[in-house]
Amino acid sequence: MNYLPYAVAAWLFLVGLYGVTSSRNLIHLIMCVGVIQSSSYVLLLAIGYRVGGVAPVFVDIPANSRAVDPVVQALMLTDIVVEVAVTALLLGLAVQVHKRHGTLNPDRLTKISG
Amino acid sequence: MTRKVRRVFILISAAALAWVFFLAYRPLPPLGFVHSQYGDLVNAITVPERHITDAVSAVNFDVRAFDTLGEEFILFTSVMGVLVLMRRQSDEPAGHHEDKAPGRTVPPASDAVRVTALLLVAPAMLFGLYIVVHGQVSPGGGFQGGVILASAPVLVYLCSEYAEFRRVLSMRLAEVSEAAGAATYILMGLVSLGLGGMFLENLLPLGRSGTLTSGGMVPFIDVGVGLEVGGGLSLALLAYLEELVEEKEQ
Amino acid sequence: MSESILGNAILLFVAAAGTSVVFTRDPTSQAIVVSFYGLLLGIMFLVFRAPDVALSQIAIGALALPLMILLALARVKKQGPKS
Repeated sequence: MNYLPYAVAAWLFLVGLYGVTSSRNLIHLIMCVGVIQSSSYVLLLAIGYRVGGVAPVFVDIPANSRAVDPVVQALMLTDIVVEVAVTALLLGLAVQVHKRHGTLNPDRLTKISG
Repeated sequence: MTRKVRRVFILISAAALAWVFFLAYRPLPPLGFVHSQYGDLVNAITVPERHITDAVSAVNFDVRAFDTLGEEFILFTSVMGVLVLMRRQSDEPAGHHEDKAPGRTVPPASDAVRVTALLLVAPAMLFGLYIVVHGQVSPGGGFQGGVILASAPVLVYLCSEYAEFRRVLSMRLAEVSEAAGAATYILMGLVSLGLGGMFLENLLPLGRSGTLTSGGMVPFIDVGVGLEVGGGLSLALLAYLEELVEEKEQ
Repeated sequence: MSESILGNAILLFVAAAGTSVVFTRDPTSQAIVVSFYGLLLGIMFLVFRAPDVALSQIAIGALALPLMILLALARVKKQGPKS
C-alpha cells in the first residue's frame, strides 16, 4: 500500500505555491510555477503506473504483456509541452517588465502604467 | 501588508489546501492499482490494429490526433508571443550596459567549450532526426526530436564567431520550418478528408509493425511536429539570443 | 521489493529537489538547480515505465528550460538596473 506519490504531488504543489507567494524576483517566481506544474506530472505518473507493468513499447515483448497506461503518459507529454510554452511566454513578460520598470521584484511593481 | 503578515496568511491557507489535497487523494487506490479501461484498450489495439509499437505515439498521433493538433498550436502561439515580446520597441534605446563601457572587453568562449560544441553539432542533429522518424517504433517522436534539433543552433552559437553564426543560421529558415511543420499536420488531416474519411482519420496503408514506414499517417505527422517544434523552439531561443549576439558583434 | 524501494527513493529525491528549487533565492544558481530537478524528474519517469515522457522531460526540463532562463537573465542583466 503505497500512497507516497500522492503526498509528493501535494508537497510539490504547496511548496511551489509558497515559493510563488514569497518570491522577490519574477524569474525565481516563474521557476516556482514550474515546480507547481511538476506536481501534476507526479500525480499523473502515479495514476498511470501498474504493479508489474512494462513500458508501453511493444518491441521484443509479447503483444499481450501487461503494460502501464499509455493514455496518461500521452497527457504528461502534453503537460510538458505546455510547461515549456508557458515558461517561454512568462520569461518574455518578465524581461518586458524589467525593461519598463527596471526591477524584477514584484513588491516594488506597485505603480501601474499604461 | 508586510511580508510577515503575508507569510502567516500563506501558511494558514497552505494548511487548508493540504487538508483539501488529503481529502481529494484519500479515495484514490494506492500506487500501481489504478485501473483504466482506456489504457488497456489502447495497449490491446496498438500493434494489431494500428501497427504502431509505441503506444504513447499511437495515442498522441492516431487515437487522439486532433487533441495533439491543438497542443501543437499552443506551442505555435506561445512562440509567436515570445517573438512579439522580445522585439525591440521603437521607443527603446539600442542597448547600454557595462559590457560596452570603454576599456572593457567581453571574454571569448574558451577553446574547450568551442571544440566540445563543434563536435556535438552533427551528433545532436542526427540524434534529433533519428528520434523524430522513429516515433512510431520506439520511445520518442516529433516533440522530443524537435527539442533535440533545436539544441543545434545553440551549439553553433557556442562554437562560432558572430559572422559564422549569422551565415549558418537564419531566422527565416526557422520560421519556414515552423510554419511548414504546422501546415503538414493540417494537410494530413485534409488528406484523410480527401480519401473519404474523417479529419485526421488514419487511412494510409499501415505497413509492417516495427518498421519506419509503419503506422500510416503517423510518421508524416511526426516529421511535421518535429519541424514545428524544432523551428519554433529555435525561434524562441534565437529571440532571446538576438540582442546578446548583436553585442558580441562589436 | 527492490523496485518499490527504488521508486520511493526517487520520489523522495524529487520532493527534496523541488523544495530546493523554491528555496534557492538567487535566480542564476536556481537555473542550475532547475536543470538538476528536471534530470531527476526524467529519471523518475524512467523508473515508473514512461520512457517517452522521460526523453522529453530530459530534453526540455534539463536543457531547454534552464537555457531559456539563463538567456532571459542575461538580457535582464544587460538592461541594467534602471532603464
